[in-house]
Amino acid sequence: MAVTVKLFAHLRERHGFGETRLEAWSGGSVGDVWRQVSGEDELPAHVLAAVNLDYARADTAVADGDEVAFFPPVTGGRGRPR
Amino acid sequence: MMIEVRDTGFDPWSEVAAYQQAVLGVGQFGATAVFIGTMRDFNDDDRVAAMYLEHYPGMTERALERIADEHVHAHDLLDVCVVHRVGDITPGEPIVVVAAWAAHRREAFAACRGIMEDLKSKAPFWKREERASGSRWVEHNTPG
Repeated sequence: MAVTVKLFAHLRERHGFGETRLEAWSGGSVGDVWRQVSGEDELPAHVLAAVNLDYARADTAVADGDEVAFFPPVTGGRGRPR
Repeated sequence: MMIEVRDTGFDPWSEVAAYQQAVLGVGQFGATAVFIGTMRDFNDDDRVAAMYLEHYPGMTERALERIADEHVHAHDLLDVCVVHRVGDITPGEPIVVVAAWAAHRREAFAACRGIMEDLKSKAPFWKREERASGSRWVEHNTPG
Protein backbone atom coordinates (compact mmCIF):
# COMPACT_ATOMS: atom_id res chain seq x y z
CA MET A 1 0.00 0.00 0.00
CA ALA A 2 0.97 3.61 -0.29
CA VAL A 3 -0.10 7.15 0.49
CA THR A 4 -1.26 9.44 -2.30
CA VAL A 5 -0.10 13.05 -1.96
CA LYS A 6 -1.66 15.96 -3.85
CA LEU A 7 -0.51 19.56 -4.09
CA PHE A 8 -2.60 22.50 -5.26
CA ALA A 9 -2.19 26.03 -6.60
CA HIS A 10 1.25 27.61 -6.07
CA LEU A 11 2.46 24.65 -3.99
CA ARG A 12 1.95 22.45 -7.06
CA GLU A 13 3.91 24.90 -9.19
CA ARG A 14 6.69 25.37 -6.64
CA HIS A 15 7.27 21.67 -6.07
CA GLY A 16 6.73 20.69 -9.68
CA PHE A 17 4.09 18.00 -9.22
CA GLY A 18 0.37 17.79 -8.57
CA GLU A 19 0.23 14.20 -7.40
CA THR A 20 2.69 11.59 -6.20
CA ARG A 21 2.71 8.38 -4.17
CA LEU A 22 4.76 7.52 -1.12
CA GLU A 23 5.31 3.78 -1.47
CA ALA A 24 5.75 1.47 1.51
CA TRP A 25 4.23 3.91 3.98
CA SER A 26 5.00 2.69 7.49
CA GLY A 27 2.77 5.13 9.32
CA GLY A 28 3.19 8.67 10.53
CA SER A 29 1.52 12.05 10.56
CA VAL A 30 0.60 14.72 8.05
CA GLY A 31 3.79 16.51 9.12
CA ASP A 32 5.83 13.41 8.26
CA VAL A 33 4.27 13.29 4.80
CA TRP A 34 5.13 16.96 4.27
CA ARG A 35 8.76 16.31 5.32
CA GLN A 36 9.05 13.55 2.75
CA VAL A 37 7.57 15.41 -0.19
CA SER A 38 8.99 18.89 0.51
CA GLY A 39 12.27 18.25 2.30
CA GLU A 40 11.22 20.85 4.87
CA ASP A 41 11.29 20.07 8.59
CA GLU A 42 7.90 21.46 9.52
CA LEU A 43 4.58 22.11 7.88
CA PRO A 44 4.53 25.91 7.44
CA ALA A 45 1.69 27.77 9.16
CA HIS A 46 0.39 29.04 5.81
CA VAL A 47 0.09 25.57 4.30
CA LEU A 48 -3.22 23.80 4.89
CA ALA A 49 -3.65 20.04 4.78
CA ALA A 50 -6.42 17.51 4.25
CA VAL A 51 -6.62 13.77 4.79
CA ASN A 52 -9.20 11.86 2.75
CA LEU A 53 -10.93 15.12 1.71
CA ASP A 54 -11.28 16.55 5.24
CA TYR A 55 -9.20 19.34 6.75
CA ALA A 56 -6.38 17.94 8.89
CA ARG A 57 -3.53 19.16 11.10
CA ALA A 58 0.19 18.47 11.11
CA ASP A 59 -0.29 15.85 13.85
CA THR A 60 -3.21 14.05 12.13
CA ALA A 61 -2.31 10.38 11.63
CA VAL A 62 -1.92 9.10 8.07
CA ALA A 63 -2.65 5.44 7.34
CA ASP A 64 -1.90 3.22 4.38
CA GLY A 65 -4.16 4.06 1.47
CA ASP A 66 -4.93 7.59 2.65
CA GLU A 67 -4.97 10.59 0.37
CA VAL A 68 -3.10 13.58 1.81
CA ALA A 69 -3.35 17.03 0.23
CA PHE A 70 -1.46 20.27 0.84
CA PHE A 71 -2.65 23.66 -0.33
CA PRO A 72 -2.51 27.40 0.33
CA PRO A 73 -5.28 29.14 2.29
CA VAL A 74 -8.39 29.04 0.14
CA THR A 75 -8.91 32.23 -1.85
CA GLY A 76 -11.30 34.16 0.27
CA GLY A 77 -10.04 32.92 3.59
CA ARG A 78 -7.47 34.37 5.91
CA GLY A 79 -5.90 31.66 8.00
CA ARG A 80 -7.30 28.29 8.80
CA PRO A 81 -10.97 27.36 8.60
CA ARG A 82 -12.64 26.64 11.91
CA MET B 1 -30.35 20.39 -2.85
CA MET B 2 -28.16 20.96 -5.89
CA ILE B 3 -24.39 21.46 -5.56
CA GLU B 4 -22.30 21.55 -8.72
CA VAL B 5 -18.77 22.52 -9.72
CA ARG B 6 -18.45 23.17 -13.45
CA ASP B 7 -15.60 23.88 -15.82
CA THR B 8 -17.85 25.46 -18.45
CA GLY B 9 -19.82 28.68 -18.47
CA PHE B 10 -23.41 28.78 -17.26
CA ASP B 11 -26.34 31.18 -17.05
CA PRO B 12 -27.16 31.56 -13.34
CA TRP B 13 -30.66 32.93 -13.97
CA SER B 14 -31.79 29.96 -16.02
CA GLU B 15 -30.11 27.54 -13.58
CA VAL B 16 -32.13 28.95 -10.69
CA ALA B 17 -35.35 29.12 -12.72
CA ALA B 18 -34.97 25.55 -13.99
CA TYR B 19 -34.18 24.17 -10.54
CA GLN B 20 -37.07 25.99 -8.92
CA GLN B 21 -39.50 24.73 -11.54
CA ALA B 22 -38.25 21.15 -11.30
CA VAL B 23 -37.96 20.79 -7.52
CA LEU B 24 -39.81 23.45 -5.53
CA GLY B 25 -43.49 22.93 -4.91
CA VAL B 26 -45.88 25.69 -5.95
CA GLY B 27 -47.07 27.62 -2.90
CA GLN B 28 -44.43 26.17 -0.54
CA PHE B 29 -41.94 29.01 -0.57
CA GLY B 30 -42.48 32.66 0.09
CA ALA B 31 -38.92 33.90 -0.34
CA THR B 32 -36.05 33.23 -2.72
CA ALA B 33 -32.69 34.95 -2.16
CA VAL B 34 -30.14 34.73 -4.94
CA PHE B 35 -26.49 35.77 -4.98
CA ILE B 36 -24.47 35.80 -8.18
CA GLY B 37 -20.72 36.38 -8.18
CA THR B 38 -19.34 37.68 -11.47
CA MET B 39 -15.72 38.15 -12.48
CA ARG B 40 -14.48 41.75 -12.28
CA ASP B 41 -11.78 43.21 -14.51
CA PHE B 42 -9.99 44.89 -11.60
CA ASN B 43 -8.51 43.98 -8.22
CA ASP B 44 -6.30 46.03 -5.88
CA ASP B 45 -6.55 48.89 -8.43
CA ASP B 46 -4.98 46.72 -11.11
CA ARG B 47 -6.55 45.49 -14.34
CA VAL B 48 -7.27 41.77 -14.46
CA ALA B 49 -7.56 40.23 -17.93
CA ALA B 50 -8.51 36.69 -16.90
CA MET B 51 -8.34 34.27 -14.03
CA TYR B 52 -7.91 30.59 -13.42
CA LEU B 53 -9.87 29.01 -10.60
CA GLU B 54 -8.47 25.73 -9.28
CA HIS B 55 -10.35 23.34 -7.00
CA TYR B 56 -9.80 20.00 -5.30
CA PRO B 57 -12.17 17.55 -7.00
CA GLY B 58 -14.01 15.62 -4.33
CA MET B 59 -13.07 17.81 -1.39
CA THR B 60 -14.54 21.00 -2.86
CA GLU B 61 -17.90 19.36 -3.55
CA ARG B 62 -17.92 17.80 -0.11
CA ALA B 63 -17.16 21.15 1.54
CA LEU B 64 -19.93 22.88 -0.45
CA GLU B 65 -22.42 20.17 0.48
CA ARG B 66 -21.56 20.50 4.16
CA ILE B 67 -21.88 24.29 4.08
CA ALA B 68 -25.24 24.12 2.29
CA ASP B 69 -26.48 21.43 4.64
CA GLU B 70 -25.55 23.47 7.72
CA HIS B 71 -27.46 26.49 6.47
CA VAL B 72 -30.49 24.47 5.39
CA HIS B 73 -30.81 23.30 8.98
CA ALA B 74 -29.77 26.55 10.69
CA HIS B 75 -32.21 28.68 8.70
CA ASP B 76 -34.98 26.18 8.11
CA LEU B 77 -34.55 26.41 4.33
CA LEU B 78 -36.78 24.55 1.93
CA ASP B 79 -33.99 24.10 -0.59
CA VAL B 80 -30.70 25.47 -1.85
CA CYS B 81 -28.87 25.52 -5.17
CA VAL B 82 -25.15 26.26 -5.58
CA VAL B 83 -23.30 26.21 -8.90
CA HIS B 84 -19.60 27.18 -8.91
CA ARG B 85 -17.37 27.67 -11.91
CA VAL B 86 -13.73 26.52 -12.14
CA GLY B 87 -11.05 26.74 -14.82
CA ASP B 88 -10.31 29.70 -17.10
CA ILE B 89 -12.70 32.60 -16.55
CA THR B 90 -12.88 36.03 -18.20
CA PRO B 91 -14.41 39.29 -16.90
CA GLY B 92 -18.19 39.36 -17.03
CA GLU B 93 -18.58 35.61 -16.66
CA PRO B 94 -20.57 34.29 -13.68
CA ILE B 95 -18.42 32.48 -11.10
CA VAL B 96 -20.99 31.38 -8.55
CA VAL B 97 -24.71 31.36 -7.95
CA VAL B 98 -26.31 30.64 -4.57
CA ALA B 99 -30.09 30.45 -4.33
CA ALA B 100 -31.93 29.86 -1.06
CA TRP B 101 -35.64 29.11 -0.79
CA ALA B 102 -37.50 29.59 2.48
CA ALA B 103 -40.94 30.37 3.77
CA HIS B 104 -39.89 33.90 4.74
CA ARG B 105 -37.33 36.48 3.63
CA ARG B 106 -35.32 36.61 6.86
CA GLU B 107 -34.24 32.98 6.53
CA ALA B 108 -33.65 33.21 2.77
CA PHE B 109 -31.44 36.33 3.05
CA ALA B 110 -29.50 35.00 6.06
CA ALA B 111 -28.82 31.63 4.46
CA CYS B 112 -27.78 33.07 1.10
CA ARG B 113 -25.32 35.42 2.80
CA GLY B 114 -24.09 32.75 5.21
CA ILE B 115 -23.50 30.18 2.50
CA MET B 116 -21.49 32.69 0.45
CA GLU B 117 -19.33 33.74 3.41
CA ASP B 118 -18.62 30.13 4.38
CA LEU B 119 -17.93 29.23 0.77
CA LYS B 120 -15.33 31.99 0.54
CA SER B 121 -13.55 30.96 3.74
CA LYS B 122 -13.92 27.16 3.84
CA ALA B 123 -14.37 25.71 0.34
CA PRO B 124 -11.09 24.84 -1.39
CA PHE B 125 -10.80 27.16 -4.40
CA TRP B 126 -7.63 28.97 -5.45
CA LYS B 127 -7.51 31.93 -7.78
CA ARG B 128 -4.70 32.89 -10.13
CA GLU B 129 -5.08 36.27 -11.80
CA GLU B 130 -3.65 37.32 -15.13
CA ARG B 131 -2.69 40.97 -14.83
CA ALA B 132 -0.70 43.41 -16.92
CA SER B 133 2.07 42.98 -14.33
CA GLY B 134 2.00 39.18 -14.68
CA SER B 135 0.30 36.09 -13.33
CA ARG B 136 -0.15 35.65 -9.59
CA TRP B 137 -1.98 33.47 -7.08
CA VAL B 138 -4.35 35.42 -4.83
CA GLU B 139 -4.29 34.54 -1.15
CA HIS B 140 -6.79 36.93 0.32
CA ASN B 141 -10.35 37.93 -0.27
CA THR B 142 -12.12 41.21 -0.71
CA PRO B 143 -14.14 41.94 2.45
CA GLY B 144 -17.77 40.91 2.14
